[in-house]
Amino acid sequence: MPQVIGVPKETAADEKRVATVPEVVEKLIKLGFKVVVQSGAGDAANCSDDAYRAAGAEIAEGAAKLWAASDIVFKVCVPTAEEVGLMHEGQTLITFIWPAQNPELMQQLAAKKVTALAIDSLPRMLSRAQKMDALTSQAGVAGYRAVIEAANAFGRFFNGQITAAGKVPPAKVFIAGAGVAGLAAIGTAAGLGAIVRANDTRAEVADQVVSLGGEFVKVDYEEEGSGGGGYAKVMSEGFQKAQREMYAKQAREVDIIITTALIPGKPAPKLITADMVKSMKPGSVIVDMAAERGGNCELTEPGKAVVKHGVTIVGYTDLASRLAKQSSTLYATNLFRLTEELCKTKDGVINVNMEDDAIRGLTVVKEGSITWPPPPLKLPAPPAAKPAAMPAKAPKHGEASAPASGTSTAITFLVAALIFGGIGYGAPPAFLGHFTVFVLAVFVGYMVVWNVTPALHTPLMSVTNAISSIIAIGALVQIAPPMVQAAGNRPEAWILGLAVVAIALTAINMFGGFAVTQRMLQMFRK
Amino acid sequence: MSATLATASYIGATILFILSLGGLSNPESSRRGNLYGMIGMTIAVLATVMGPQVTKAGYGWIVGAMAVGAIIGIYAARTVKMTQMPELVALMHSLVGLAAMLVGFANYIDPAASVEFTGAAKSIHEMEIYIGILIGAVTFTGSIIAFGKLSGKIGGKTLLLPGRHWLNLAGLLVVIWFGREFLHAESIDAGMMPLVVMTVISLLFGIHMVMAIGGADMPVVISMLNSYSGWAAAATGFMLSNDLLIVVGALVGSSGAILSYIMCRAMNRNFISVIAGGFGSEGGAPAPAGAAQPAGEVNPILAAETAELLRESKNVIIVPGYGMAVAQAQHTVYEITKVLRDKGVNVRFGIHPVAGRMPGHMNVLLAEAKVPYDIVLEMDELNEDFPDTDVAMIIGANDIVNPAAEEDPTSPIAGMPVLQVWKAKTSIVMKRSMATGYAGVDNPLFYKENNRMLFGDAKKMLDEVLAALKA
Repeated sequence: MPQVIGVPKETAADEKRVATVPEVVEKLIKLGFKVVVQSGAGDAANCSDDAYRAAGAEIAEGAAKLWAASDIVFKVCVPTAEEVGLMHEGQTLITFIWPAQNPELMQQLAAKKVTALAIDSLPRMLSRAQKMDALTSQAGVAGYRAVIEAANAFGRFFNGQITAAGKVPPAKVFIAGAGVAGLAAIGTAAGLGAIVRANDTRAEVADQVVSLGGEFVKVDYEEEGSGGGGYAKVMSEGFQKAQREMYAKQAREVDIIITTALIPGKPAPKLITADMVKSMKPGSVIVDMAAERGGNCELTEPGKAVVKHGVTIVGYTDLASRLAKQSSTLYATNLFRLTEELCKTKDGVINVNMEDDAIRGLTVVKEGSITWPPPPLKLPAPPAAKPAAMPAKAPKHGEASAPASGTSTAITFLVAALIFGGIGYGAPPAFLGHFTVFVLAVFVGYMVVWNVTPALHTPLMSVTNAISSIIAIGALVQIAPPMVQAAGNRPEAWILGLAVVAIALTAINMFGGFAVTQRMLQMFRK
Repeated sequence: MSATLATASYIGATILFILSLGGLSNPESSRRGNLYGMIGMTIAVLATVMGPQVTKAGYGWIVGAMAVGAIIGIYAARTVKMTQMPELVALMHSLVGLAAMLVGFANYIDPAASVEFTGAAKSIHEMEIYIGILIGAVTFTGSIIAFGKLSGKIGGKTLLLPGRHWLNLAGLLVVIWFGREFLHAESIDAGMMPLVVMTVISLLFGIHMVMAIGGADMPVVISMLNSYSGWAAAATGFMLSNDLLIVVGALVGSSGAILSYIMCRAMNRNFISVIAGGFGSEGGAPAPAGAAQPAGEVNPILAAETAELLRESKNVIIVPGYGMAVAQAQHTVYEITKVLRDKGVNVRFGIHPVAGRMPGHMNVLLAEAKVPYDIVLEMDELNEDFPDTDVAMIIGANDIVNPAAEEDPTSPIAGMPVLQVWKAKTSIVMKRSMATGYAGVDNPLFYKENNRMLFGDAKKMLDEVLAALKA
């Protein structure tokens, strides 16, 4: 009996997202589930009831009916007490819950004897959890939207232009915090053509900032700020002072500030003071992505865009929801990936396997008992500092390798001199003539073959193979040489036999080698 | 034809051979290069036959032997499959080696050949015979074994005799000892015994050497044998005081040596360690203890999903390996390429220098399947493009795309240049199972988040992908 996944309409004010989209409904059905969507659930995210129906979902009128009909409920926002009231025993709820901030909700869920998976409690450091990481996907959307909001409130172009009407300088954007949202904002702002600077207390993100087209601004103070799990930690007083100076300087220079700084379990750090806002140019914009947690700017008013000291301060807390179709699609995919993990058998029945690290972390209420917080993960110890010396990389084709050291060159030359000296001393002149030819030919071969393109290495081998059948000449001259006096008893038959066999063998090579090379080369075409 | 004219013809032939190798520097001029080679060979043979060293009595024999060889050779060249090229080349090397041996023996038993030499010149002449036969014998059996391994007649597993380095060393000492005996031999009959003993040891050495080398090191072995066949020709040239043979032998010898060098470098391995056999050091431990074994789950993918991914991409890089050759999948690969290119997808091929069983193996297979050579690129040419690539499709390759080579300094293949497929947005590995590659190193690529595994026979899976693409 396949289980039913229900998707209610979000009840929170201004929430435009929906927990699944028609494209994902199809995939869920392929996993064996039945999907029921509340009528109108996707309207704000441009997903009509008809689209859901076309994808194979049923449409239920009204929340009560939907909650009653579903075994599993997919939601976006933290459920309200009313919604919890609609739940029934044995039901599974997958949504944002924030168990640390909502202890009462946890009690209510437990009292209802349901199972609740908090998508926000996913152990993000598991690499396999990335595909289910809704915090990341939503933060990415929010980062993008933050730049769009800033552009909306900002009175100028982002990119520099030279027009007939004069030169327009590019906007300067400073992004505080280079987490997922910050990086998305950097990429978006850089894509619009602005000059982007960014800062983060975690020095290791500098490369990521640069790779997205931003410039990493360092705080002039030595301290490592990585607090585990991909978050930052609270920094020391000395660092904070240096950081404030840096922010003050940036505030005077840039046109747009986007702040994304959050520390888990603590109010957002106040990075931008009222004085800094005053020092900004009129018409500047601040987008405070931490508004929900108190804001990174002292003057932020959560949920609103206000103008203070001539600076527009955007404190929207629903940035992801303002891009409802995109954020819903990503969120739906995250939940789908989670469903795949829950239903490895693909028979439309989920199994909340508490042995699985990722699922254990997500599950905050299991059949009525609170299972949050989860035990700490047994993570593989991170590799200790990388061994400094990586093995030397082989030089590329045609690239000159480093010149040999003086000593080894000297030794090589000495050995060569001894060998050549020895040969010159002992060998007869006829041999020396041949030897000269030989050495020169080796050098010629070396020079010629280095120019052969690697694509033709196989033809090169077959043609050199054909050419090496030149050894036939050795056999040819033995077959019937003109009689030399004093030859003595020449074993004619033996020599003839050996030579004839050798000629036949080399002829195979000669003709076969050239023919197969020709055949191969014919194939190479543009 | 006078002796001087013959010599002048030899100079012409030499130049043509050099031009022939030079022509291979790009596919446009390569066909002409091959033609130069043929002309050069014809001139060299005709000049020799018409020259003063061959009398009319031999013409019948020469024509007969040549005709037999030509028929066999051309037949083989016509019928060989492109996937069998490495075998054919190995077999041909063995013929050169055998011919060098035969010529050496014939020369030794011919009293007329050494009648003009006395004193030091005679010793040098005999030394040339000795060395020529030695190289010829090693090339002969080494190539036969390589042929057997490549064609699957002999298992690809390395055969490591206990104390094999000592065996080789002992063999070398015996060869040197008998070399001394040989030089001091009073008559041809007395010299025959040391010569035969040396030949037998060299034959055994050739077998032993190649038996100890595993399948994926074959590119090095083949190029090395190619080189040996050249040195054998050069040694014969010294023996016969023939400059043409010396020059051509040296050309071929250095060409093979360079190829071996390129192959070794592409594996970041030392030539000696490859030739010494086995993988890595003597102990051959699969992976040093303490090295982090990649773990996690792999993401399987179906052929239909692969087709969908490919259809939605802009840039695709296909990385073929020996598995493609084994499955004979190159034609299907081309069909897929064609469909994708018609849809405007930029499809390119990334070739690792040691992909396959001989240098340039993959290029020949793709050329056979009519893939235009300008979309077949070398590793160095497109390795930087992976971050902009939507899908990297790996067909039957493993070690050459192993990120451990770059990321894990303790890995046995650390430092080996690899194709950085994991930097593509998605990589799809087509593989029959999760078995490790030749180096016995687990591949962390399989566990990467953006990697998908398409399990099954490469040909069958690609056919399914093609069908899904066309649907």
